[in-house]
Amino acid sequence: MDYEPVIGLETHVQLKTKSKMWCGCANAFGAPPNTNVCPVCLGLPGVLPVANEEALRLTALTGLLLNCTVSRHAKFDRKNYFYPDMPKNYQITQYDKPSTMNGSVEFEFGAGMARVRITRAHLEEDVGKNFHFDRTSGVDFNRAGVPLMEIVSEPDLTSADMAYEYLNALKDILVYGGVSDCDMEKGMVRCDVNVSVRPRGRKELGAKIEIKNMNSFSGVRRALEYEIPRQIETLEKGGKLIQSTRRWDDVAAVTEEMRTKEHAHDYRYFPEPDLMPFQPTAAWLQEVSRRVVELPLARKQRFMRDYQLPASDAQTFVWDAALGNYFEGIAKQAKNPKAAANWVINNLRAKLAESGVALGDLKFQPGAILELIELVDSGKISGKIAQDVFAETFATGDAPARIVEKKSLAQVSDTGAIEKFCEQAIMANPGPAADYRAGKMAALNFLKGQVMKLSKGKANPALVGEVLERKLKG
Amino acid sequence: MAAVEIDVKYVAHLARLSLSAGEEQKLGAQLGNILGYIEKLKEVDVSGVEPTAHAFPLVNVTRLDEVRPSLSHEDAMRNAPAQSNGLFIVPKIVE
Repeated sequence: MDYEPVIGLETHVQLKTKSKMWCGCANAFGAPPNTNVCPVCLGLPGVLPVANEEALRLTALTGLLLNCTVSRHAKFDRKNYFYPDMPKNYQITQYDKPSTMNGSVEFEFGAGMARVRITRAHLEEDVGKNFHFDRTSGVDFNRAGVPLMEIVSEPDLTSADMAYEYLNALKDILVYGGVSDCDMEKGMVRCDVNVSVRPRGRKELGAKIEIKNMNSFSGVRRALEYEIPRQIETLEKGGKLIQSTRRWDDVAAVTEEMRTKEHAHDYRYFPEPDLMPFQPTAAWLQEVSRRVVELPLARKQRFMRDYQLPASDAQTFVWDAALGNYFEGIAKQAKNPKAAANWVINNLRAKLAESGVALGDLKFQPGAILELIELVDSGKISGKIAQDVFAETFATGDAPARIVEKKSLAQVSDTGAIEKFCEQAIMANPGPAADYRAGKMAALNFLKGQVMKLSKGKANPALVGEVLERKLKG
Repeated sequence: MAAVEIDVKYVAHLARLSLSAGEEQKLGAQLGNILGYIEKLKEVDVSGVEPTAHAFPLVNVTRLDEVRPSLSHEDAMRNAPAQSNGLFIVPKIVE
């Protein structure tokens, strides 16, 4: 029988705020254990949480970026459970009145586009971090109370690869919107995976298996690549799947059962009495909507359309937004935007990486790149010389035309001078000249190289080829 | 007012309380009585009343996103029954 997987993801993302969700402790990674903590985030008795307005804004902004409805009435609830990383014995989250719901994410998948519906994006708090020793465990509460957004997708994903691409698209959007840095190394994004399989075409869903606490996108893909065939195989062998929670073992590359439905948690949600509902006004929402940015996919498509760039260049300008903005600054005046893109991606980016200079600290005006392209296009300098000129412009800030003039780098297109160089090269290299005459075409390139050397790279290469051919044949 | 039947064992387990048989019976009856009051409240016609999670008509209580001083590490750890390497030490966590 043919089976199809049905996958939904719950993605947890730490928000980019200065302080925690309910208190003024720093939202910062890497501090010594239990130094960014206070009575509120340690869950000491008698404290009162107060919501961080920026976290509420970032959640609403996410809603707008993910095409969600932003609720005009949201509230917070307590999710009760006992675990050492949760000092209050409940997590504050949003249960039945989330800040945003009913959205979607579009992304490139395979040869076309995919769309995944978003059930909701709600606001909650992160928990502490556990460390495991031989006989005990240790807890660091620096992360406890950091604003955490949970983005729940509908079960619209149909393969491990699709889940992977969805997560990347989601991450790109959140980073672009300034909602989260999404630094995986720092645990800023974590994911729960819900996956079931069913005979293709059947309407009812199979038993839902949840894989908890994934901390990398490639891990999600690998876990699904293991779990989907496992479920299908179980069913094909006549076995039965029951709703359960599993853990991904990254080293052994298998999922293993943690608990079944009979042992599922009963969280006894109830409204958080310490926090008031949040009812954003039209003015507040208007202010948030001003922070909406162009989505990465839209930007890529626009760069391809407006500047006739290939997908790979456009994608480079999506991932490196600052470089893309720099390119856009000159592309509007460029006769040939693709040439400008080549200079920015191949030369400027390499120089920036090599020198460690930031884009904002460049010594030269952006127009210099256009000037350089014009010098090459008009035949004034060769492409090779242009590289040297650019290096000089980058180092000193001098305009390319000035450098060309100062160092007399202009290309020699004067046929008389080129003829002289060609004669010299042929005289000095009778062997290759004879080879060429005997029909060995490659020998021409060698002679061309010699002419370029004699001219210190300034001879017009196209002319050199012409003249050499004429002289060798004549 | 009718007492409501309640699964005391289950509720006690959720709260991680271990109760003796006598306590189970006593608390079960008390909880049942409390829920009995709720049953009585249910008799009130609230069809025209907007549900609320709060008694106060107060919304949008927020703070600016500003960092304020945390506790000193020593103060933060003062109530820890056990500590090591700056961490609160707890019984080994097993899932």
